Amino acid sequence: MSVMSCPGCAGAPLAEETARSFPASSAGDTVSLSLPGIHCAACVSGVERGLSRLPDVLDARVNLSLKRVSVQTRGDADEDSLINALLELGFEALPLDSDTLRAGEGDAAGRALLLRLAVAGFAMMNVMILSVAVWAGAADATRQLFHWISAIIALPAVAFAARPFFASALSVLRVGRVNMEVPISLAILLASGLSLYETMAGGEDAYFDAALSLTFFLLIGRYLDHRTRAAARSAAQELAALEVPSATCLRGGEPVRVKAADIVVGDLVQVPAGGRLPVDGVIDAGRSQLDRSLLTGESLPVAAQVGHEVVSGEVNLSNPLIVRATAVGQDTTLRRMAEMVAVAESGRSHYTPLADRAARLYAPLVHGVAAFAFIGWFIVTGDVRYSLNIAIATLIITCPCALGLAVPAVTTAASGSLFRKGLLIKSATALERLAEVDAVVFDKTGTLTDGTPILEDLQNLSAEDRAVVLALSQSSAHPISRLLAAALEGMQVTPTSLDDIHEIAGRGVEGLDGLERVRLGKSQTAVGGTVFQRGDAAEQVLRIDESLRPGAQDLVASIQSQGLHVELLSGDTEFAAAKLGARLGLERSKGDMLPADKIDHLATLQSQGKRVLMVGDGLNDMGAMAQAFVSISPASGVDATRATSDIVLLGRSLAPVQDALKVSRSARARIRENFGIAICYNAVAVPLAVLGFASPLMAALAMSSSSILVILNALRVRA
Amino acid sequence: MNVLVILIPVSLILGGMGIAAFLWTVRHNQYEDIEGDAARILFDDDEPNP
Repeated sequence: MSVMSCPGCAGAPLAEETARSFPASSAGDTVSLSLPGIHCAACVSGVERGLSRLPDVLDARVNLSLKRVSVQTRGDADEDSLINALLELGFEALPLDSDTLRAGEGDAAGRALLLRLAVAGFAMMNVMILSVAVWAGAADATRQLFHWISAIIALPAVAFAARPFFASALSVLRVGRVNMEVPISLAILLASGLSLYETMAGGEDAYFDAALSLTFFLLIGRYLDHRTRAAARSAAQELAALEVPSATCLRGGEPVRVKAADIVVGDLVQVPAGGRLPVDGVIDAGRSQLDRSLLTGESLPVAAQVGHEVVSGEVNLSNPLIVRATAVGQDTTLRRMAEMVAVAESGRSHYTPLADRAARLYAPLVHGVAAFAFIGWFIVTGDVRYSLNIAIATLIITCPCALGLAVPAVTTAASGSLFRKGLLIKSATALERLAEVDAVVFDKTGTLTDGTPILEDLQNLSAEDRAVVLALSQSSAHPISRLLAAALEGMQVTPTSLDDIHEIAGRGVEGLDGLERVRLGKSQTAVGGTVFQRGDAAEQVLRIDESLRPGAQDLVASIQSQGLHVELLSGDTEFAAAKLGARLGLERSKGDMLPADKIDHLATLQSQGKRVLMVGDGLNDMGAMAQAFVSISPASGVDATRATSDIVLLGRSLAPVQDALKVSRSARARIRENFGIAICYNAVAVPLAVLGFASPLMAALAMSSSSILVILNALRVRA
Repeated sequence: MNVLVILIPVSLILGGMGIAAFLWTVRHNQYEDIEGDAARILFDDDEPNP
């Protein structure tokens, strides 16, 4: 018996005994498929068992975190057969371009950090044991021995573990700036160098433990930071992977399978039902419906027939199409959008985090004080070694530890508290930026509204008419018919049996109820929309409206009451945008916005000095989200859009966005307090160090107590 | 104090074993799909793979 169940797995059969073969050394290709629908253990085993049963599959391994499966094939199995096999099992699967993905595959950076963290932790613990013995009073030969052992452990460990700090410090120094890593690197390097020198000279004080614990604690901050952002893969890369890697072309009347890159302008491309368009083009044969949400963000399908222009990335919904390619490769709309996003993203990286701004003040100050201590003591005593000792002790004791943790501790605490409320913070500086926001821009469909239309007017029909409408709508595959049918079935209506039901293309469905002609379809008058008509009686309009996402009304009201500038930008019609705007009490709403228009609009707002929060979900919002100061997308959005956004909303409700705004402001306050704590701390510690009272024990105490204070303060972050 | 001759190597070896085990887990992709591993424990089929 299976204990877990989820809607996505309803169709997953419990696989019986399957013979699984493991990848032979001579495995063929590895195919990557995206599985947007999987989310539980039964899905994982359903997919893996289902695929392993195929003759050409050597091994299949699902990655639930990335919602992907990588399949090792014997070489001759193509993606389509795998996708079809998965569809039969009830799993939606999309092809991913393995080569594009591989570029960013395997979280190499995260692994490297983890290794360094482990090495630093191991070395720190061992050195600390020896240091405690020295503090407790070990003297002479024993102290010498302990210092030497510490040196042997610490020096290679620091050289390996602290390299990310050195690299980062070096890279900013090269361009003539300072960040937090500069004082950190300097403190680590000087502490190790001084300790080595003192050990060789038989001195009393060694700071190996300080150098290592500094490295260890700061690496923890780094790793936490990296983990919160690990989900954020490059948006442009995801978009590129969405492209169809291969397509079927008609060349000389024969269907030929070609790589998407090899299609040329003028080729006739076959697009199967359910397939994504690989190129921009004009429909040459066939009649179907297209999901154009890529460009407009709207979920209602659009009819397409011969002569219509179509765009890469759109999905062909009902019937096969043949498309004559007009733009291929780099010129397709999908690629141009990816470029637009990349440009907008690179423009945003100019934000200077609080930590770096603090470092700009802190680094020169601390280094100045240390230099001053060295010169002062040198003048007084004339002893270079003694003066240098004091200068370095000053650097170590000024605690870049508290400063280095001031921001990551708060961000981690805030991210944790927001995660429990259903928000995923992906960018390290997202909270800082969110706290400064003074304008909010919403997308319409899928963001403020749910994307699933609701039917307002069915209640107004007579019971008899409802039964007829259900009978008519059940006979048609049109999306609006399906919606009507689903809604009516939900209202426990039983369909009337009708005669002579037939579909009239472009007009709707007709039938005979007894002797009376009944029709469901487009209005014959100027009103437009979907209507039901009985005989020659008046048309009854069946309005289709969108339901608001829960929390949308409250969110908009609360943002307005805070005096922020709010706008609605939609790819839908001007009318639909204005209607929703009025419903939410929004003063500014704009419709008919193409992706580029949204980007331009945000750029205009920003040139007026506004810091814009963009909330959107579709591929058409991606550019605007990359352009915005900070962005939020619901988890129901497209993967690539989620990858661009700084914050992902996990649940259906929009209410957590309010919490995000509150927490971000609270977090900013805590970060500032933490800097205050570090400054107070230094106000006490620096004079002691400069006057020559610092010792390794004091440095260790200062480092741990200030770090703990900073972390405790960070935990006060509240919504 | 002679006991140090034994204790120091012992502590280093124990720590070294810990770090070696950790490195092994990292090298073998044990942190790649944490969500998936949490789900896999719920699989019903306990029989080993052939």
